[in-house]
Amino acid sequence: MSAIHFPPPPAEIAFPELRAQVRAFLRETLGPAYSPYARARSWTGFDAAFSQKLGERGWLGMTMPKKYGGHERSDLERYVVLEELLAAGAPVAAHWISDRQSAPTLLKYGTAAQREMILPRIAAGTCFFCIGMSEPDSGSDLAAARTRAEPVAEGFVVNGTKLWTTYAHKSHYMILFCRTSQSEDRHGGTSQLLVDLTTPGITISPILDMAGEHHFNEVSFRDVVLPKDALIGQMGDGWAQVTSELAFERSGPERFLSSFTLLTQLIRILGEAPEGAARRSIGRLTAHLMVLRHMSQSVAGMLARNENPMLQATIVKELGALLEQEIPEIARTLAATAPAHDDHQTFAQVFARTLLAAPTFSLRGGTREILRGIIARGLGLR
Amino acid sequence: MSDTTSDSMTAMIADTAERLFSDLAAQAFAAIPKHPGDGAVPWDAPLWRAVEELGFPLALLEEEAGGFGLDPLTALGLVRQAAAHALPLPLGETMLANLVLAQAGLALAEGPAALVTGVGINRDGDGWRLSGSAADVPFGRNLQTVVICDASGRIARVAGGWQTAEGRNLAGEPRDTLHFDLVVDGCDTADSSFSPDLINGLGALIRAQALAGALEGVLTRCIAYVNERVQFGRPLAKFQAIQHNIAIMATNTAAARAGADMAAAALPQVLSDPARFLRQVAAAKLRAGEAASLCAPLAHQVHGAIGVTREYALHPLTTRLWAWRDEHGSETDWADHLGAETLRRGHAGYWPYLTGVEGDLT
Repeated sequence: MSAIHFPPPPAEIAFPELRAQVRAFLRETLGPAYSPYARARSWTGFDAAFSQKLGERGWLGMTMPKKYGGHERSDLERYVVLEELLAAGAPVAAHWISDRQSAPTLLKYGTAAQREMILPRIAAGTCFFCIGMSEPDSGSDLAAARTRAEPVAEGFVVNGTKLWTTYAHKSHYMILFCRTSQSEDRHGGTSQLLVDLTTPGITISPILDMAGEHHFNEVSFRDVVLPKDALIGQMGDGWAQVTSELAFERSGPERFLSSFTLLTQLIRILGEAPEGAARRSIGRLTAHLMVLRHMSQSVAGMLARNENPMLQATIVKELGALLEQEIPEIARTLAATAPAHDDHQTFAQVFARTLLAAPTFSLRGGTREILRGIIARGLGLR
Repeated sequence: MSDTTSDSMTAMIADTAERLFSDLAAQAFAAIPKHPGDGAVPWDAPLWRAVEELGFPLALLEEEAGGFGLDPLTALGLVRQAAAHALPLPLGETMLANLVLAQAGLALAEGPAALVTGVGINRDGDGWRLSGSAADVPFGRNLQTVVICDASGRIARVAGGWQTAEGRNLAGEPRDTLHFDLVVDGCDTADSSFSPDLINGLGALIRAQALAGALEGVLTRCIAYVNERVQFGRPLAKFQAIQHNIAIMATNTAAARAGADMAAAALPQVLSDPARFLRQVAAAKLRAGEAASLCAPLAHQVHGAIGVTREYALHPLTTRLWAWRDEHGSETDWADHLGAETLRRGHAGYWPYLTGVEGDLT
């Protein structure tokens, strides 16, 4: 059989005490004034103070070694904390990238000095990262990246432009994917560099999204001089390193909970005993969420056992984005309220924010088309 | 049993089943009547004998009850595997009948069996009178044992004496109505904590597993076909539009299987936490039914005209997908069940409901 199998999730994934602790922390830290509209921002809400509190509580860098400020908790405990943060719509954007992918990349490939300097600050929730992958001519086709780091005596001289760089304007560092030598192979000659964003020659320019919100940026590098020890891992190994980083990016609960606040607000306005069509729509979404959570937890278990869940993670992201994008459309069929930012009704505002964010759900972290191509390749069709 | 022993036993059972089922698939396909007027798919006695010799009908039982002490995922995996080959086999039905009989302390089933509801079990002198009708009983005409669960949870094991009115589903599988009006002696009945709703839930669980299996069979066929069929000078598999259709099928097939396994894992709690069991089954059956609705037309789309012919072995799978999604609760029925349960708890209770951990988020 050609089917892609999801092994049963680890039995201990419920973690009821840990869930209760996170919920109590969130109730206290966010308070009653933290509105559904703020929650609907999901993992794009930026709040450095919140991230620091989370770090103090021990819920950042959870799986890292204690000598780097980590807490040596299991991948599954980390998963549970993430899921609770997302379900509550906590403002996690400040630390999201650093905790999810920068810290694991540095831990795996970084030098001792890089690890000692940065990892404790990530765990404390005081050091934020952005991703230096996409470029004006390199979106889904990451191997087309042109940003160049010329090796020179003192280190590297970087020229080029990165695009769609989420929260670059509020981050301390970027992990830059760039070309460091000529290569016949388009995946060859690439490396990852650690970039302090205060280095002279870096210009960060805002790009507003269609809702007028600022999270994207264009980051340009003009003769930016980086030290030799900015190199992460091996020269020329950039492609292998960056693709392993993508596995962290596609597997988490953020891939099916982006519209969760809209769903709970929809349940709120429907009340306890709505008519049949509404009841069945909510029941159907619940079934999908239950199965997706099960699949996502299966991936978490595979990661915890050091297995390679690349295809499974791709499937969760594909199905998760479809569900997240379907929720606003279903809300529209059940609620008489049109989406509007200025409406005094909470539901209309949450609806507007989710609807305008929804197109990105199948773009960020790999477009739907790329994901389907990966699945087809996994089945031997390409 | 240690983990390694149970892992190797699981693999051995799955391999044995796969060999048996794939060996017998061609003859089962050949036996399908060519014209709808010729009636239902015939009983496959050699297949049933082989399955019985391997002890598969007892797969859900503990060792002390005569089974192998398998985990329910492995046991129900047999149902999925048989479905992937579109075999005419009431294996899941018999496994469940034995499970309920063992729980009720009654003798296990002789031959093929099924659980039914809709029949009353009432005192009649020293015995019990069984009266009423059970509709859509899988392979009713071929059963040697029928296990009745009445509205009060009383279980009766019956070895014959019912009247059969033949019927069939869209795939030509027998779905018969059994009429009961007879008296059995006391030792063949017992009280239990089962209910007609739970019996329906058990049926939905095996249909979810079977849907996942048929979806896996469809996917395997589609991949083989697009790799082999050449148009415009290259295999269909090299066209991006085809690749994406196959990816959609693989994605939904994986979800159907994952959901069915999620529900299978809840089977040991069927009596201790029936509400949770039904919730998992509801999600599984709904998800598998939706996957069926999406994948069956896509499978025909990638196959072109050959896929809709009686001579090509795609229709036994796709017609089962279309039949099974409606059996033991359609997507609409289970959505209603989950929706009512969800909404009763209100929006603040939604996340605690999904996680099974109480405590509000806000």
